[in-house]
Amino acid sequence: MNDKAKPKSIWAIQWVAFSTIVIKEVRRFMRIWQQTLLPPAITMTLYFIIFGNLIGSRIGEMGGVDYMSFIVPGLIMMSVITNAYGNVASSFFGNKFQRCIEELMVSPVHPAVILAGYVMGGVARGVMVGIIVTLLSLYFTDLQLHSLTIVIIVTILSAILFALGGFINAVFATKFDDITIIPTFIITPLTYLGGVFYSISLLPEFWQDVSMLNPILYMVNSFRYGILGISDVNITAAISMLVVFIALLSAFSIWLLKRGTGMRS
Amino acid sequence: MTAALSIQGLEKVYGNGFKALKGIDLTVKQGDFFALLGPNGAGKSTTLGIVSSLVQKTEGTVSIMGHDLVTDAFAAKQCLGVVPQEFNFNQFEKVYDIVITQAGYYGLTAKEAAVQAELLLRALDLWDKRDEPSRMLSGGMKRRLMIARALIHKPQILILDEPTAGVDIELRRSMWEFMKKLNEKGTTIILTTHYLEEAEQLCKNIAIINHGEIVTNTSVRELLSQLSTETFVFDLDSDLKDGVESGAISVPGLEGYEVSQVADDCLEVTVEKGQGLNQVVIRLNDAGIQVRSMRAKANRLEELFVDLIQQHKRS
Repeated sequence: MNDKAKPKSIWAIQWVAFSTIVIKEVRRFMRIWQQTLLPPAITMTLYFIIFGNLIGSRIGEMGGVDYMSFIVPGLIMMSVITNAYGNVASSFFGNKFQRCIEELMVSPVHPAVILAGYVMGGVARGVMVGIIVTLLSLYFTDLQLHSLTIVIIVTILSAILFALGGFINAVFATKFDDITIIPTFIITPLTYLGGVFYSISLLPEFWQDVSMLNPILYMVNSFRYGILGISDVNITAAISMLVVFIALLSAFSIWLLKRGTGMRS
Repeated sequence: MTAALSIQGLEKVYGNGFKALKGIDLTVKQGDFFALLGPNGAGKSTTLGIVSSLVQKTEGTVSIMGHDLVTDAFAAKQCLGVVPQEFNFNQFEKVYDIVITQAGYYGLTAKEAAVQAELLLRALDLWDKRDEPSRMLSGGMKRRLMIARALIHKPQILILDEPTAGVDIELRRSMWEFMKKLNEKGTTIILTTHYLEEAEQLCKNIAIINHGEIVTNTSVRELLSQLSTETFVFDLDSDLKDGVESGAISVPGLEGYEVSQVADDCLEVTVEKGQGLNQVVIRLNDAGIQVRSMRAKANRLEELFVDLIQQHKRS
């Protein structure tokens, strides 16, 4: 069985391994689309109808645009980050729970490649849900496009950051409840308070300052800038902050994988 | 020749302070069929867990085909295929996808993986089940799936942790045949098992581990030569004379042997090393006792294993 073919370079092997993890992850969320792609589509449609149409028509303008146009970018971003986070958290923890993560621990796949594969799977789901929600929003409003580059950069960076967060959550989780605590008690409140439904300029000065500590505010506003050209924050600072956090969380995640935290006894 | 597996001073202390391995040394030659035996909790799975990178070692070194598992992990891990004791594949994925995904982790292209997957799934009688979710397979099929998955990248060393646990006899024997052929083609096989008959049938060399220490590490032949006595059971053609009670009996011509009657038509004879078994059959025949069949009372390795473990406990 050990008749070896022409040896492959370490890079070629790691690239195939990376592609394999990404394909496996995409196949997983596509297989269970009723749990992964359909719910955000239904939830966001309800948001568009209730907040955008019914309530929004009584609110009038927000940030110089009609209320529906104002909330659409925030709702798209909310879908992207929650799905990127949820995909990695549930998939990686599920693999830990079923012990199939051992396949990867035994294999020569580098920890950085394992991380990149799972994160890319999360980004793929986040972006796919983002596209679905964007297409749905077109039924309710005429979406503008101020800067496609900003839209793409902010979407990808935000999805990467939250996928990394989901990964770290899954590494430390010991039961399924542990992967729902952070989304329920941290991410959802921060998202609602992150300027999805309102401009922080409406808040008293003290709460405006407090809101500036919420990282999701920067993602929502940067994305809104890409779509509408309006923002409560500095876009360059927001994108730089995303890059710095991605670098920090990536380094921490690779360190966890090398140590085998939550995976090796 | 470089050793397939070389372990030096391997120690493992778990978080609760339990010392599972106390500095073991172990070498497995290339092409060997090697068994690591020991009672439950002796340190077998911990040792193989460290070699498989699933358990963190406390001290010592492990090298696989000459590659250090820490400093040259990439090369070391490529040489290894692992079949763990418990099922560890995704229960929702199809059989074929599980094997193909594993191939990707070792850098096999889709075309290479497809060829090798078909070869292995056919060899292990799983080809017809390739499109079924793995949770639908029987226990024996799941075990064979783990073997197919471990071999997908053609490893030079295959580690099998209790490969035939819970597998019926027919399937166990077909798996033995598969493993024997694999070993004949050059794959080094290291296994742990509780079926000592399995180790005796398959393995060339054996190490026995107890309380985290290697008790013995030698060839099967050498180990079996340490047996000082062996007991054989003789089923007789007809009952012995009426009135003879169970227990030690005397058979003319077999004075130097320990003979006992265990049933009306069954005798046990303990033969010491150097005594001829042929002589026993002749003497029984001379005494008018016709033998219908004969078998060893217990697995030879089992007797030695129990002796060695008890000796180690006393020491």
